[in-house]
Amino acid sequence: MTKDKAHISVQDLNVHIGGNHILKDLNIDIPNKSVTSIIGPSGCGKTTLLKTFNRLHDTAADVKVTGKVLVDGEDIYDPNTEITHIRKKMGLLSQRPYPLPMSIYDNVAYGPRIHGTRKRQDLDIIVEKQLKATALWNEVKDRLHSSATRLSIGQQQRLCLARGLAVGPEIILGDESTSALDPVSTSIIEDLFVKLKQDYSIVLVTHILRQAARVSDYIIFVYEGRIVEYGKTEQVLRDPREELTKEYVKGYIV
Amino acid sequence: MRRRNLEELFFKFLMVLATLVVGGSFFLIVGTIFYKGAPYMTFDMLTKTPGGGFYIGKEGGILNAIIGSMYVAGGATILGLIISIPVAIYLNMYMDGKKFLSNTLRMVFDVLFGIPSIVYGAFGFLIMVYFGLRASLLGGIIAVTLLVIPILVRTLDEVIRTVPLELRDAALSLGSTRWETAKVVLRAIRPGIITAILISFGRAIGDVAAVLFTAGFSDNIPTSLHEPAATLPLAIFFQLGSPIEEVQGRGYASALILTIVVLIITILSELLVKKFYKHKS
Repeated sequence: MTKDKAHISVQDLNVHIGGNHILKDLNIDIPNKSVTSIIGPSGCGKTTLLKTFNRLHDTAADVKVTGKVLVDGEDIYDPNTEITHIRKKMGLLSQRPYPLPMSIYDNVAYGPRIHGTRKRQDLDIIVEKQLKATALWNEVKDRLHSSATRLSIGQQQRLCLARGLAVGPEIILGDESTSALDPVSTSIIEDLFVKLKQDYSIVLVTHILRQAARVSDYIIFVYEGRIVEYGKTEQVLRDPREELTKEYVKGYIV
Repeated sequence: MRRRNLEELFFKFLMVLATLVVGGSFFLIVGTIFYKGAPYMTFDMLTKTPGGGFYIGKEGGILNAIIGSMYVAGGATILGLIISIPVAIYLNMYMDGKKFLSNTLRMVFDVLFGIPSIVYGAFGFLIMVYFGLRASLLGGIIAVTLLVIPILVRTLDEVIRTVPLELRDAALSLGSTRWETAKVVLRAIRPGIITAILISFGRAIGDVAAVLFTAGFSDNIPTSLHEPAATLPLAIFFQLGSPIEEVQGRGYASALILTIVVLIITILSELLVKKFYKHKS
């Protein structure tokens, strides 16, 4: 399906939540260093799929995951896999920004600190680099030590992205990351995704087709827990192979 | 139409009346204590230990009981926090998927919450007998700690549940262990912890039954954990039980001091709660 090397490989994935079969027999290879969007109507399992990639279901009750999710060839659901190591490889950008209850600086420095970077000079370099990477540096460089909650929502979301990047991930997971943002912040975040794909593999869940068209290289269309269609963005949106995809793209399925 | 209007009026009247009774009793209680206690309220009451011939002393003041109560309530709150924070964290962050167990535990804490303090006093007394302790500051602190733990656990549990799950997910996604995530959550609820401390302290300082057998009573300020300690509620109890009018009056003055302390703590915690929720939104 893709020429690129697979970064995340999903094999026979099934997810049950509280007795409901949410994801059914999924098999996907998500390519390296490109943007892949997961689209589909509400409740189709997009977010559930995204959360299986960094095992966030572990903290929820009644979730049963079977099958394999390989990241760099390593099965993340193998009992011997260390979970913090898996999560460190992936940055998550959630629907709304949730800055940690600390200063702007400490938000970005949090990840490096827990993973063993303690030296002030090293942290300073990381914080500046990631705040620049998320186009936030000029806006906050004079108040790095004030509380992160005083930033605007759009700034907070970019801070959360910077925080995630500071850990040195390989993959960025975005769960409708722009749904709470104003149009200007949305386009800043979208531009960042396009820029960041040079260095990272990006997987986005979105319900905005135009966003998927703007930023992604590949699209996965999920419907009722199954993958209906997976291909290059152009092809899925302009010339879908499946009837269901056609209807969704035209707006008949919401 | 008329009947419905009358009905409306009647029930409104009942509601206003009930509200007045409850609101009025607050002023009645505080007013009575103030009226009876104020004449005996001297600077000595606050700054001197009892002197003179009567049980609690006609001369001097009740500094022994003020300090004793602070020691007991403060010690119990600190000890209670050390035990309750791990319990609340464990309940909320380590029992994923064990809903039945965590709900059972919550029910157990609710039951403990409802147990009368005299039972904690009796239980504390048994522990002391078992370890061969005399009535002492330490005994009082242990009994009151038992009393405040359910209050602290319940308050902290509720505060932790106000932290959005997404914040935990955010910390976990950065590769935090559960304990590191718990530290982030604890940071997020710092104002809530202070509120819990105040609630616990307010409850601990006013309770008489838990310290009745365990802390003992003394005219002196305790200088070690093994000496008996006076407490404000017990001082009030002894003073009011005296046949001498002046000592009774001093009892009301002691009650006034205790009421003011509890009032300050209550108002402080209310203000903090407001501030906490204002900052969050």
